[in-house]
Amino acid sequence: MNTDAVLSFDEAMEKYDPVLGFEVHVELNTKTKMFSSAPNVFGDEPNTNVNEVDLGMPGVLPVVNRTAIESSIKIGLALNCKIAESCRFARKQYFYPDTPKNFQTSQYDEPIAYDGYLDVELEDGTVFRVEIERAHMEEDAGKLTHMGGATGRIQGADFSLVDYNRAGVPLVEIVTKPIEGAGSRAPELAKAYVAAVREIVKNLGVSDAKMERGNVRCDANVSLRPHGRERFGIRSETKNVNSLRAVEHAVRYEIQRHAAVLDSGEPVIQETRHWHEDTRTTTSGRAKSDADDYRYFPEPDLVPVVASREWVEQIRATLPEPPAERRKRLKADWGYSDLEFRDVVNAGVLDEIEETIAAGATASVARKWWMGEIVGRAKAADVDPGQLGVEAATVVELSRMVEAGKINNKMASQVLDGVLAGEGTPEEIVEKRGLAVVSDDGPLLEAIDAALAAQPDVAEKIRGGKMQAIGAIVGGVMKATRGQADAGRVKELILEKLGVSV
Amino acid sequence: MAAINRDDVAHLARLAHIEMSAEELDRMAGELAVIVDSVKSVSEAAGDDVPATSHPIPLTNVFRDDVVGHTFTAKQALSGAPDSDENRFKVPAILDEA
Repeated sequence: MNTDAVLSFDEAMEKYDPVLGFEVHVELNTKTKMFSSAPNVFGDEPNTNVNEVDLGMPGVLPVVNRTAIESSIKIGLALNCKIAESCRFARKQYFYPDTPKNFQTSQYDEPIAYDGYLDVELEDGTVFRVEIERAHMEEDAGKLTHMGGATGRIQGADFSLVDYNRAGVPLVEIVTKPIEGAGSRAPELAKAYVAAVREIVKNLGVSDAKMERGNVRCDANVSLRPHGRERFGIRSETKNVNSLRAVEHAVRYEIQRHAAVLDSGEPVIQETRHWHEDTRTTTSGRAKSDADDYRYFPEPDLVPVVASREWVEQIRATLPEPPAERRKRLKADWGYSDLEFRDVVNAGVLDEIEETIAAGATASVARKWWMGEIVGRAKAADVDPGQLGVEAATVVELSRMVEAGKINNKMASQVLDGVLAGEGTPEEIVEKRGLAVVSDDGPLLEAIDAALAAQPDVAEKIRGGKMQAIGAIVGGVMKATRGQADAGRVKELILEKLGVSV
Repeated sequence: MAAINRDDVAHLARLAHIEMSAEELDRMAGELAVIVDSVKSVSEAAGDDVPATSHPIPLTNVFRDDVVGHTFTAKQALSGAPDSDENRFKVPAILDEA
């Protein structure tokens, strides 16, 4: 279906310098909508969270949600923005069935927050500063479902169905300044930037920040210019890039596509592109022409919002510790090395490890479990580690069982599988699967005798003081007991038996 | 006369999805120019000491507490819809318009 030519990423980077820009929409988790008192709830029956304001009926009067304003100011402050002394709403006019009013209430010339920045940490620890142009308030649109087409896409649909539950949900749109200098790390930066924004709004508690639910959505602008040229190339805007991985892939793809267009001597068309997760490509949307003539004008039904400096400072005082500072603190508290800590951050299990430590595990035990056992399982299941369903308390219980010698590490791993399979608590699974470590010396001594008899030369070496040889005997015993022996106890018993003191 | 010509009106009519005949475009271009000129005389009356304003009422920060109020049932919401399906508004194919 998609026939756009692409250059290899390396070749594109050799010839061109990418410039990025992002518009990230954050849905606020207020109880009600931006301008109406209808509930802001995801997943309810269609068209039940609406009232006359959301449906744009004649003669209605919207009223601004104070909490949404405060949340927007929080986002502005967390992005190091200035907060406007006074700002107003504007009507953005367009015809599309996702808005029943034929305009979206937004902000145009007076955003609530402007001129900020966000320091984004890349995977290797490099910090890249992204300048924020503005963060403005607006309302979300309804949800369209395209029917009758083969693919569920708008192309080829016979008709569309509209649910206005989402219409009027408060949004904050965060717009960056053009991002220059990322070079070949542009795709990585794109992902890291959106991840950082998501982390901030989640940390502020102003959004549920679930990308899979559309709480955080990204439009990615990409343009290329020859190395050394100051003037920007013509950009494309890829819409609906709604996972972190997709942001990275979409930017990479658009760089490769632009490079091929420029190489062919054609100009890049300024247009909207649609991202397709299945093929990891973009297709052309409508070209930007007078469809973008939105005829903004100040919203007459809403009076200006004046954020007094006292109010702004009150809100600033309630802000939680910023994620970057929190990471610094946790790294020091936990005593992880740079590499260990970065791995933990990149694996996305910072919260989980913090919770596990709070539940009673040591920092090193918590890391061992999450990084050694759980992250790999999450990867195999293709979900985020936090979504796998492992409770901090479960990790603590497993680690205590190992420390108490009740089960060994190998068994603990099996118990974790059982927990994930829904077989019950660790205690119940140990019972059901008969996984307890054999600590009764009787069977162990029998197995040790057998192992020593099978390898008399090794026994001799141990008697002669070659302690590293003991592994072979321990291995034999573990094999004979099908891994259910406590290796530490086995070692003690072997030494006792051979009359070797350590 | 203000600079509102026939092409401007035709452009606006298209953006507003209003079909206008050639005669209507001509007439409207003339009328709109007069209206714009009339409004302009207001700004001439205001001196340099009067800042531009979008809201004539001296009110700011009209807020509402974040408390859930009334909603419609889906049936009520759809009662004025020309067509509906599965409790949703049914609209014609979107891309055909272009």
